Amino acid sequence: MSDTQAHIQIKNLTMAYGSLLIQQGLTFDVNRGEVFIIMGGSGCGKSTLLKHMIGLSPPAAGEILYAGESFQAMDPEGQFRLRRNWGITYQSGGLFSAMTLAENTALPLQQYTKLGGAEIADIIAYKLALVGLGGYQDYYPSEISGGMQKRASLARAIALDPDILFFDEPSAGLDPISSQLLDELIVEMKESLGATVVIVTHELASIFAIATNSVFLDAETKTMIDYGDPTQLVHSSEHEKVRRFLARGKTPIEVAQ
Amino acid sequence: MSSQQPAFELDLENADRAILQLSGTWDLDQQTPAFNQLLEELQQHQPRQIVCEAEQLAEWDSSLMAFLLQCHNYCASAGIELQTNALPEGARTLLGLSTAVGTHQRPAESGRSLWQTLNPVAKLNRVADNLEGSLGFLGELTLATLRLLRGKANIRRADFRNFLYQAGPDALPIITLTSFLMGMILAYLGAAQLAQFGAQIYVADLVTIGMLREMGALMTAVVMAGRTGAAYAAQLGTMQTREEIDAIVTLGISPMEFLVLPRFIALVLIMPLLCLYADLVGILGGGLVALGMGVSLTQFVNQAQEVLSFTHLNVGLFKSTVFGILIAIAGCRAGMNCGRSSAAVGQAATEAVVTSIVYIIIADAVFNIMFQQMGI
Repeated sequence: MSDTQAHIQIKNLTMAYGSLLIQQGLTFDVNRGEVFIIMGGSGCGKSTLLKHMIGLSPPAAGEILYAGESFQAMDPEGQFRLRRNWGITYQSGGLFSAMTLAENTALPLQQYTKLGGAEIADIIAYKLALVGLGGYQDYYPSEISGGMQKRASLARAIALDPDILFFDEPSAGLDPISSQLLDELIVEMKESLGATVVIVTHELASIFAIATNSVFLDAETKTMIDYGDPTQLVHSSEHEKVRRFLARGKTPIEVAQ
Repeated sequence: MSSQQPAFELDLENADRAILQLSGTWDLDQQTPAFNQLLEELQQHQPRQIVCEAEQLAEWDSSLMAFLLQCHNYCASAGIELQTNALPEGARTLLGLSTAVGTHQRPAESGRSLWQTLNPVAKLNRVADNLEGSLGFLGELTLATLRLLRGKANIRRADFRNFLYQAGPDALPIITLTSFLMGMILAYLGAAQLAQFGAQIYVADLVTIGMLREMGALMTAVVMAGRTGAAYAAQLGTMQTREEIDAIVTLGISPMEFLVLPRFIALVLIMPLLCLYADLVGILGGGLVALGMGVSLTQFVNQAQEVLSFTHLNVGLFKSTVFGILIAIAGCRAGMNCGRSSAAVGQAATEAVVTSIVYIIIADAVFNIMFQQMGI
């Protein structure tokens, strides 16, 4: 693609909780239109990196730039403007349990647009139908299954046709079929919205099915040890750890067989 | 063969080499030898090499494995060579698995001694931190309220109505019960003493002033701290664990306005009303007791009317408004600062109740001293 300029740039990012260092020296670009995977073993700081990228945790050092602008350095209006173009789904769904699916999806629309109630209802009906939940407007999150909750939170995330979609473990806890359907949905959303997608996951099936680029975080050295397309990394990574991770502990030759 | 006593025996072949004979059925359902027994023998003889033999071993389960793991760990630390070739293959595999990853050493954390737990200075520091945090929270809340007054705050009407209902009408039954009984308690307490002077009629004064100035506001506050303060903490705490608050922040919505403000305003508006209601019910309860003591209803009402004044009423209403603020702050702050586990939600609810009751009592004491000095 011609417009593969960096959409998100991470520059020498250090993440820490107080004195506890999580990751350091992270430097990578997420290009426009990519499906970018943040992967690594459990507890290496994948979700923490995502929390930093969506501005929930301030970096201990380094910076994160969106189209060249630093989120942390912005004034509240700038942050608000930037956030309008983000869609985020959380590991545990993050749906507001006290609100129906319609109210959940309506929230970003009410927050960022001046649409009236009827127009919002139309958009909600469309967004829910898009994720296969047409007619579920008046259900509460606790009344639907885990897979449906993930899709409902996707509907909320895409309510404002975002530029960047962030997913924290989208397929965790889903059966293979639902998780594959969700993957397909993510790719279709990305194509039609022209969005950049950032996904935290360690589901290999998802990684190989949809990723175009990735970064691998290592828990031991507390930094990123590889960057690139995972379908290539599985064969060509310099780090055995990355190759083994992507091949489920097997060597690439065993995978080929 | 099936239920032989589990046992081990340490045979010294020579000074350096010992044979560990395992025998019998090692079963979790029965008593198996403790590793300490072997440890004593090992420390006594100090062999350099141990060879496990298992010819006599019948069935075995995790009891044997737990024994072997301790044995392995001791040997590793004491530099003894442990030969496990003769063990059943399953046991060797399991031992290999359980020793594949070294035992994690928790980073040395200075153990909390009894003194540290009871240290009054640390406790006072915690209270000071808590107070500082609450003041900061009050500040943020004030800013959010100002934005609301300027019509800029993001607050959902439906939520607000809900909280009003939960804090108000929903609380009436329990408030009725507690304040009715409180009035009766005051009346009994007073009647017993006043009867000594033949002054039962002044029970009306005691109940009226007592309820209006003090007990109406205090009892309502204590009930609401346990009821609504804890509910606020649990609601917000659960939202914190379910990443709902993260979602709100990333939608560009201030959780202070969206979540805390409606709860806060609902409670602060409702508290004086509840207090007024509690006053009435309490006086009614007192009147009922007085009736039983030979004070007629007319006498009681007349006497009560004489001491009834707006000053007393306003003192109580003022207190209850402040108590409402304190409960809402303690409850919402505990919820917003909640950790990310289900245990943390419980802690948040507990903290909400304890903090609000402490705040209420301290505030009440301060007000009473203040009003005394001011002659109100």
